[in-house]
Amino acid sequence: MFALSLVLVAVLWALYKWVGPQDGGKLFGLTVLPRANDTAMPHVWEMLSRYARPERRGATGSIALVVLSGAWFTFRLALTGFVIGASVGIALAVLMARYKVIERGLLPYLVVSQTIPLIALAPLVVSWGGKLHIGGFEWPRWLSASVLGAFLAFFPVAVGTLRGLTSAPQPASLELMDSYASSWWQTLVKLRFPAAVPFMIPALKLGASASVIGVVVAELSTGLAGGVGRLIIEYSRESTSDPAKVFTAVFAAAAIGLAMAGLVGLIDLAASRNRRPKDVLA
Amino acid sequence: MRRSPRSIFQAVWPPVVFGVGFLVVWETAVKVFDFQPYFLPAPSAIWAEFQQNTTLIWDATKVSGLNALIGLLVGTALGVSMSFLLARFRLLNDLTTPLAIGLNAVPIFVLVSVFNKMFAITSEVPRRLMVTLVVYFIVLVNVARGLREVDHTQLELMRSYAASESAILRKVRVPNAVPYLFTALKIAAPAAVITAFVSEYFGGSQNGLGSRIVSNISISKNAAAWAYVLGACLLGLTFYLIAVALEGVATPGGVGSRGRDGS
Amino acid sequence: MNAVEIRNVSKVFNAGRPNAVEALVDIDLTIEPGEFVSLIGPSGCGKSTELRLIANLLEPTTGEISVNAKPARQARLDQDYGMAFQQAGLFEWRTVTKNVELPLELKGWDKERRRARALEMLDLVKLSDFADHLPWQLSGGMQQRVAIARALAARPSLLLMDEPFGALDEMTREHMQAELLRICAETSTTVVFVTHSIPEAVYLSTRVVVMSPRPGRTKVVIDVDLGAERNVDTREDPAFFRKVTEVREALRGMPIGGPDDMALEP
Repeated sequence: MFALSLVLVAVLWALYKWVGPQDGGKLFGLTVLPRANDTAMPHVWEMLSRYARPERRGATGSIALVVLSGAWFTFRLALTGFVIGASVGIALAVLMARYKVIERGLLPYLVVSQTIPLIALAPLVVSWGGKLHIGGFEWPRWLSASVLGAFLAFFPVAVGTLRGLTSAPQPASLELMDSYASSWWQTLVKLRFPAAVPFMIPALKLGASASVIGVVVAELSTGLAGGVGRLIIEYSRESTSDPAKVFTAVFAAAAIGLAMAGLVGLIDLAASRNRRPKDVLA
Repeated sequence: MRRSPRSIFQAVWPPVVFGVGFLVVWETAVKVFDFQPYFLPAPSAIWAEFQQNTTLIWDATKVSGLNALIGLLVGTALGVSMSFLLARFRLLNDLTTPLAIGLNAVPIFVLVSVFNKMFAITSEVPRRLMVTLVVYFIVLVNVARGLREVDHTQLELMRSYAASESAILRKVRVPNAVPYLFTALKIAAPAAVITAFVSEYFGGSQNGLGSRIVSNISISKNAAAWAYVLGACLLGLTFYLIAVALEGVATPGGVGSRGRDGS
Repeated sequence: MNAVEIRNVSKVFNAGRPNAVEALVDIDLTIEPGEFVSLIGPSGCGKSTELRLIANLLEPTTGEISVNAKPARQARLDQDYGMAFQQAGLFEWRTVTKNVELPLELKGWDKERRRARALEMLDLVKLSDFADHLPWQLSGGMQQRVAIARALAARPSLLLMDEPFGALDEMTREHMQAELLRICAETSTTVVFVTHSIPEAVYLSTRVVVMSPRPGRTKVVIDVDLGAERNVDTREDPAFFRKVTEVREALRGMPIGGPDDMALEP
């Protein structure tokens, strides 16, 4: 079905090219309709075939390899960021579940943080690269990208995990554990965490996509070499001469996002093995 | 639901203490460890810059904010309209939902670089288009769900009255979908601000908040950059609160009542 | 040694605050080993509260509770009792066997010993064939049987049950009652059983404690001398009907649903 919808998008794209105004159009006097000429909107098959051709005239190997290595670079950064952010988020959620005072003190900020554009901090975090020295440790540029990804992933994971840890277990199950004189940590491991899984999976999905966004934005603000963000900027500069080029990188960026989502899907599969097949809480 | 002063106090003091404590720690850490401004300016320095540049910040906010707002309005309008089609035609729904879910995982704002090519270089339209796109999918998926996922018993009741499909639409589906719309808005409003923001990193006109942050960093005025960040956060928060306020206005029975009781 | 001793116990929730609730007053009860005692009464009479006091899930406001001649708290720490609730409360992510193993895990038993005991318990409740199934694959009655197996896994001498059959249909319920009696006979367990159902209380118990509505007091304790061997025929025995009537009449004359409801039967 997903493939079918992609085909639908491709069809709409081609359709617009066919009927759309070549130099942009005006609707109610505002330039709203995009240009439909080949430079601004390459044909679908042009975009796809671009993968086979080399990056630059005279270079060997197809652009697919270049884009792929860029995507792999970015993917690893996003993954690192996600793992760090999710771990810290889960740890904080446990802390908040254990000590109500911490929950009451921090939760409002966590919730608010999801409404403000934390991504505004991106250029600032990225600017640390190359300038910061802690002891003998020099802050590598790519770390900023991962840190930003971690930072953005942290919030949804913390909130979702906390909700799961506190609201998922049934009161009778908590009483049951009490009747066994179970310690708080035993109850955490045997009851709260497994019960929280349906809440954590959607939170992890949000965290994964947030991490990708953070890393890509960080790459964009600096043009971090090696990543897919840099490629997008570079290629978009050449779009007058080689319009299909930028799309190769754009699709690669999309693929990274899907790969991360797929990863969480695998986690979901492993963690929900024993459950009744039903929809995960959205 | 009247809460005792005691319980309000209990709810309020921890976040206040944490917030104030955090600022205090930040301020002293900067002084004690002698943090360079390019790393982390002190809150007092940021606040000073904020007050100094208020007009400039406000101007930049207006630009980014307008982009976000237009995208939000258009995206919502389109999303709501399309959702009716989705509710009506099952096939369309089955095609669109996986696409929307897939797009959720993907950093689609990279498409701005593509949009920039479609329009004049000084145009704000690419950003507005981007925001519209992001908002559109959020609103579409949620409202379509609201129109479709109606209590089965209510549908059976309407059919027993031999009600027409459009009557069912008006009397049952739409009221059911209203809370879903506001859920979508509460997600879409901050998303609109973020998208408007991030879109500015791709070049094009340099008047918005995002570009200002970057330009301030490049001339090493970090405290000023942080002041713009503060402006951005206020913008995002405002959008969110407006969405919440609209929700409060439109659902007078309280957020919990989804209009199912006929209220 | 008495299995359970409740002396002079009362329980007030939110004591000292404007929304204080007097749940139980003046409760005295002694239960000997091997007894099956039911607590029955209208909603809000505090029978579940009394059960939780015995379980040390709540602390009494006044008075003392001892289980197996120890303070209730110690009994809980020593896992001297097993508990079953209205919802079976099985962990949906664990297999049936792993669910039964739960209390043994918390006691620190090693893997083989746990599994052996769990399978033994499943055999007792006649669910051996479902050892590797998952809770959602089982019916309500079967889930309750697993819950009972779990409650008995550590071979406690006392079983506390809070309307465990309340969510089941009538036929399953009667079947489960018979099963419970069989299991308790095989394990010689003392049982304290909270219920809403008069026939259930009479069928299962050696004694029925009838409670009055809030604030809950023990209204009357009725001995049920229908003999130790109870089966399908017992339900049709005239002596059974007489006991049921006796309990019903003890419950009558009390406001239904609470002290504010004055709809009385003569």
